[in-house]
Amino acid sequence: MRDLHLSLNQTQRVRLQAALDQLESDASSTAASAASVTVADTIPVNHEDNILKGHGTSDLDGQVVATLCGVVERVNKLVYVRALRSRYKPEVGDIIVGRVIEVAPKRWRLEINFSQDAVLMLSSMNLPDGIQRRRTAVDELNMRSIFIENDFICAEVRGFQHDGSLHLQARSQKYGKLEKGQLLTVPPYLVKRRKQHFHHLEQYDVDLILGCNGFVWVGQHVDTTTKESTLLSDEPSDKEETNNAVPPETRRNICRIANAIRLLSVIGLTLSVESVTETVEESVRANVQINEMLGAEFYVQTVEREAQRRASLVRKRR
Amino acid sequence: MEYVNPLTGLRIDGRRPTEMRHLKAQIGVVSKADGSALFEMGNTRVIAAVYGPREVQNRGQQMNNNEALVRCEYSMANFSTGDRARKPKGDRRSTEISLVIRQTMEACILTKLMPRSQIDIFVQVLQADGGTRSACINAATLALADAGIPMRDIVTSCSAGYLCTMPLLDLNYAEDSAGGPDVTVGILAKMDKVTLLQMDAKLPLDTFETVMQLAIEGCKAIAQYIREIMLQNTKQLECRRGS
Repeated sequence: MRDLHLSLNQTQRVRLQAALDQLESDASSTAASAASVTVADTIPVNHEDNILKGHGTSDLDGQVVATLCGVVERVNKLVYVRALRSRYKPEVGDIIVGRVIEVAPKRWRLEINFSQDAVLMLSSMNLPDGIQRRRTAVDELNMRSIFIENDFICAEVRGFQHDGSLHLQARSQKYGKLEKGQLLTVPPYLVKRRKQHFHHLEQYDVDLILGCNGFVWVGQHVDTTTKESTLLSDEPSDKEETNNAVPPETRRNICRIANAIRLLSVIGLTLSVESVTETVEESVRANVQINEMLGAEFYVQTVEREAQRRASLVRKRR
Repeated sequence: MEYVNPLTGLRIDGRRPTEMRHLKAQIGVVSKADGSALFEMGNTRVIAAVYGPREVQNRGQQMNNNEALVRCEYSMANFSTGDRARKPKGDRRSTEISLVIRQTMEACILTKLMPRSQIDIFVQVLQADGGTRSACINAATLALADAGIPMRDIVTSCSAGYLCTMPLLDLNYAEDSAGGPDVTVGILAKMDKVTLLQMDAKLPLDTFETVMQLAIEGCKAIAQYIREIMLQNTKQLECRRGS
């Protein structure tokens, strides 16, 4: 989601410009933007060292030249260019959210914002009865009862296949089908790899899953400990009637959190559970209506707050 | 009709013969696309959207498993030209320009880094005032850079013509429809290599060399501008993201 088409009045425009200028000056004081390059820029490199040319670089007449627009990173002898807005770059062990696009023999194909679709094998998925056994032909015919097209699944990257596409696994209880919530797409560079990607926001009774591929799930909290016990008992086939509808208060919380994530991704700030909860609390404190969160005034306030927060961090560091 | 005033040496829109039109570019105009850009050369306004690299939609088209498949579609909006009634896609000129843009961009995208995937470039002309082909290539370059697709070099394109015994840079629609020669050049800016060269009408060889050289100078000026826009966009994204 790129820029929201906001109609700012004159004071809001001035305030926004002042806050953005402050962000830029803070960034330049930490020399973050000094290493930005564009396509075909020469990367300054000390030629005596044996420099390893990493991603986003190529060799042209003995000079190291960038092939992407981004920031140059140097790690020991490795020089590479980190592109900002690009598709997801997977690593083994990442937690991702994907959408089923095809049910194929013994596997599901998921769309995950990568250059190829990912594959979730039937054997990498827990069966509904929870027993560990060999998948039979009956299981293969009943694949549709587990996941169908356009379902959202949370899974983990198991590895790469020979043709470069991803292999996923969803063997734990916390992985699986996601229901009763919203999915948001944000640029993958805003989601950093952390130790925890599953967050349970207790005060709102909401689950937040920050997928590394830029798919973020906000939904009603599902208790994974009780999930296991209900799976073993006989589950009636029509689940919709037995499950309760999501209460209105939880729905409002889900929408508020989703709008906070949309706002942060449009401004371009890194997404983390702290920044999202802070934005939500701020909106509640300022009595902003849920639909007004994507409006001009709250947008300007959020940018100002971020500029102040970074300025205080820079001051603390000195 | 005098396209170059003999007294002042100015063209009909007030430019000097070797002066280009005003350039303006904006990155990130289509929210759903992986990369997008809006490029203006004078009154010619073009929007480019890039989707990819993504899964190949049509298995039959996937020729080579080691490379990405590049597809390009050029269309003109109904309201882009003076007369509205126009079939926007599928006519011969659009198909030809789509092919030309595809070949130009395929020469500079490092397709071997993204095997078994597909990159779609959609270019649409919003306002046509001569030089739409060049504006489309420039917009596509910006959109590809925005999408984070690795490229060999910045591709830029510019047109030049020869009217009233003078080489003219960056023809607009009135000068283009005068019937004189129109040379469109596309180059890889830093490597100084020509990837596109088209001309209609006839020119003697030495005049052709002068006109082509003028177009290449124009391309280099556009490359400098495009580079500044890309650098500004990268710095802005990086500083907003923070540490």
